[in-house]
Amino acid sequence: MFEGTVPLEHYLTLSAVLFVIGIVGVLIRRNVIVVFMSIEIMLNAVNISLIAFDNYLNLSNGQIFSFMVMCVAAAEVSVGLAIIIALHRNKPTVNLDEFNLLKW
Amino acid sequence: MELLIFYPIAGLCVALALGVIFNTSPVGSAMCLIGMMLGLAGIFVLLQAHFIAILQIIIYAGAIMVLFMFVIMLLNLKQTASADWVARDKNRFISILTGVLAVGILYKIIDITFLAELNSSAELPDTFGTVATVGEALFTDFVLPFEVASLLLLAAMIGAVVLAKPKLD
Repeated sequence: MFEGTVPLEHYLTLSAVLFVIGIVGVLIRRNVIVVFMSIEIMLNAVNISLIAFDNYLNLSNGQIFSFMVMCVAAAEVSVGLAIIIALHRNKPTVNLDEFNLLKW
Repeated sequence: MELLIFYPIAGLCVALALGVIFNTSPVGSAMCLIGMMLGLAGIFVLLQAHFIAILQIIIYAGAIMVLFMFVIMLLNLKQTASADWVARDKNRFISILTGVLAVGILYKIIDITFLAELNSSAELPDTFGTVATVGEALFTDFVLPFEVASLLLLAAMIGAVVLAKPKLD
């Protein structure tokens, strides 16, 4: 039953499931930090797809692309957390619903 | 044999990802996320992308999660109140619409994926996913994106310092 290599569909299914969990996290949570972590889950889910296709097609492009995704994630996290700290200084809360200064 | 390794790691990753979004304390979420990153590194090893697996551990489980923990400690976040979970009434219509659209898109993706002929993958060479192979591609075909990525990281570094400064003088 457990013979052979893992088929591509399994990796894609894992990727889709993790991506959906990330979307659910962004939609149902109001805590800024947890929403940010959900975004990280989504980025990771995409990396699985990229590398699974890379392995399937025997290329290096997907790995380069996931490397770039990691660079962008690192940049995004450092700037995003700096923004959260700056926001927290002006308004001591982490609830997303209370940050509504730019809403019309 | 590979399947026997894949299923536990994949199950662990999904369980930990659910732990991230359903945990009431941010520190618990961050711990679950670290576990998920390490599990995904295992998945990458299974896909023979060793270089990316090591990067996953160093960058995600190391650097990014340390930054997260640092900010959680800095902001002194407590357990979240139950109000964190309440769906907003104003957005009910949009929520339902988004849910229906997401389910439709996922159904279509699964439909296409299982229609395709995907089980005829070629034999992989031994050099797949090594630092030498990925590095060669990175410094020949993708040297411009690589340099742009370094600029992006520099800009992010300066931006983070400027944003987190108490007051601009």
